[in-house]
Amino acid sequence: MTKSLDRTELGLIIALPILICIAFVLPKWIVNYVQVSMGTGLVALGVMIQMRAGLVSFGQGLYFCVGGYAAGMMAKFLGVSDLFVLLAIGILAAFVLSTILGFLLRRYREIFYAMLSLAVSMILFGLLSSTEELGSTDGFNLPTATYLGWAPEGETARLTLYTITCIVVIGCAIALNRFLKGPIGYINEAIRENELRVEYLGTSAHKAVHITYILAAVVSAIGGVLWALALGHVDPEMTNWTTSGQFVFVSILSGIGNIAAPLLGTFILEIVRVYAVEFSPNTWQMILGTVMLLIIIFLPKGLWSLLTRKKKTKQEKLAASAPAAGE
Amino acid sequence: MRKSPRTGAKMDAIFKNTTSLFAAAAIGIMGTLALPTDANAEDKKVKVGFVTFLSGGAAGPFGVPARNAAELMIQSINAGSIPAPYNTAGVGGAMIDPIFVDENSKQKNADYLKLVEKDGVDMVVGYISSGSCKAIAPEAEKAQKLTILFDCGTPQIFEEIVTDPKYTFRTGGHATMDNVAAARYLAQTGASAQNVAGINQNYAWGQDSWRDFSASIAQINKGSAVATEQFPKIYAGQYGAEISALLTSKPDVVHSSFWGGDMEAFIIQGSARGVFERSKVVLTTGETAMHRLGAQMPDGTILGARGPHGDLAPESALNTWFRKAYFDRFGTLPTYPSYKMAQALLGVKTAADKAGSTDQDAVIGALKGLEWEGPSGKVSMALANGHQAIQDTAYGTYKYDKDAGKATLVDVVRFKAECVNPPAGVNSIDWINGGFQGASCE
Repeated sequence: MTKSLDRTELGLIIALPILICIAFVLPKWIVNYVQVSMGTGLVALGVMIQMRAGLVSFGQGLYFCVGGYAAGMMAKFLGVSDLFVLLAIGILAAFVLSTILGFLLRRYREIFYAMLSLAVSMILFGLLSSTEELGSTDGFNLPTATYLGWAPEGETARLTLYTITCIVVIGCAIALNRFLKGPIGYINEAIRENELRVEYLGTSAHKAVHITYILAAVVSAIGGVLWALALGHVDPEMTNWTTSGQFVFVSILSGIGNIAAPLLGTFILEIVRVYAVEFSPNTWQMILGTVMLLIIIFLPKGLWSLLTRKKKTKQEKLAASAPAAGE
Repeated sequence: MRKSPRTGAKMDAIFKNTTSLFAAAAIGIMGTLALPTDANAEDKKVKVGFVTFLSGGAAGPFGVPARNAAELMIQSINAGSIPAPYNTAGVGGAMIDPIFVDENSKQKNADYLKLVEKDGVDMVVGYISSGSCKAIAPEAEKAQKLTILFDCGTPQIFEEIVTDPKYTFRTGGHATMDNVAAARYLAQTGASAQNVAGINQNYAWGQDSWRDFSASIAQINKGSAVATEQFPKIYAGQYGAEISALLTSKPDVVHSSFWGGDMEAFIIQGSARGVFERSKVVLTTGETAMHRLGAQMPDGTILGARGPHGDLAPESALNTWFRKAYFDRFGTLPTYPSYKMAQALLGVKTAADKAGSTDQDAVIGALKGLEWEGPSGKVSMALANGHQAIQDTAYGTYKYDKDAGKATLVDVVRFKAECVNPPAGVNSIDWINGGFQGASCE
């Protein structure tokens, strides 16, 4: 059993009960940040798996928004508030849209991919901003989620949503880890290095990129649904380029080495922001910017390299001591 | 054989790392938590969270003037230096201890909860964007924390989102009033309004403003027609095509809810091409720009200030004090966001003084249905079961005094609150379309 699980997956599985437990230990406001960070963290995860193929999506907010709005519209117009139905609708909407858009986007790389994904997300932003029925830029509110006919209230509702968010997010992370360790994951890394050779080796780069794009879209939409339900409100800001830019930034800062990096990075940056605002409400961006700059200068491989770097030095020590023992 | 212990060691390292990381994070968070909780023992204080835009596009025209007013009012309230009846120090005997938070954030609700849970504020005053208010109002009810929305305009807050508010209040009138009053002003000054056009930003505020205005005009001037409705993007800055459309459709009246830089750009570009000569232009937030533009603002433009604020405020000792104190401190005259912030804080002070304490339930009880004098006149919490304020409003016509080099307003018409606001329990747009049932003007 454990043979099929790698370290990251084991770590994630162990993290799950810890994550759920902190809801009972830590104060409500931190748990709240953990919860919203998991929602946005999933989108950063979507950005990160595309980065593995050397593709930077500057419009991942599109699917974050599609997920949130699909769930919101189901609730608003059809009165559905079942979390599982809303999740399914969010996934379906993102899947259909990304499958169609994927045919276009998979043909582009580098800056063209970034700009095209940005353009598509901004089209949705423009559409939603001018749709009065959906509250225009003010957006609209979502009801409290229900679970297969069970409608908890107050504290129970909060904890239930939090627990399910944890389970879904960890589940997504494990699934994506499998994906990255699978054939397409490796093809993606090969595409990043040399796409031409990938084609000569007899596999389709287009197909791999298309599948990656769809997967990224689906996890982002899941993030969107969970985030929107936690917040109880959606607005077009979700697909604005500033939001999408943040996802890219988080992915770069956290590093693309491990699937848990964007999730952890999102939360850490969120907490840094919160304290920056508290410390200096008028110039908090300067603090946040400085932190980001320092990370980029001193940790070019992202926050996650703090963990792997330590590991390496230990390994080196081990390697150094090994021959001595042999002598 | 050599490989297995090494991987084992690696595994250990990873687990140690992740667990120690979690532990470190948890300890760090707990540690920072413990710090601020036991700080308010010696003096009687009331902690107030202020949330306005401190960065982003809305900071300059709205967020910063509101924050400035908050700073001025907090200092003056704590010192007791405001003219009577506000010349006692503190609110309900307690000094205001402010915490400012930037509204420009993606996690508004989490930020709000942090104010309530971690910082332990006694109340929250804030929110300029209607989107924020929509998200925060239900959160405030859930968190059971007194929350005063001081500026945001959407009538939906108490009409659709929180229909039975307990903890949420709004001390500013909602946006319906601005546009109903604009339509009434045209009728009262005898301006021809058979053919109306609108140029509004393509987002919630612009769309709502135009909907209310065009519906009001249709009620007041039966048989009037819409010449053209233009919805350029917010922050577009260039309105060549829209101005051409306004010129060719020859409207009697042009309505615009533009604000900030967009409004100034439209005034400069539109006046150069004669829009302001051909049609009467109504700018619902125009008062904010009149002193800055001076002679560039064409005479005869109808200006509003989203309530009787700024130059439209009635003469009173409080208003004179407010304008002077604000000007002395910040070097500019207060605009309507400043007025609305001052109004909110004076409301809190009146309620707390009346209740004689800053206890949340006592303040809520006193604030419900309260009437008080702000720098821009009487405010009464008349709607939504005493949670939504109504207020008189006014419009005026711009005139540039060449000799004195001063921007002035002439033909100022005041409208009673009951004349431009729907009665309690009626939705704004239904009220307009139903022919203003129950409105009392004089």
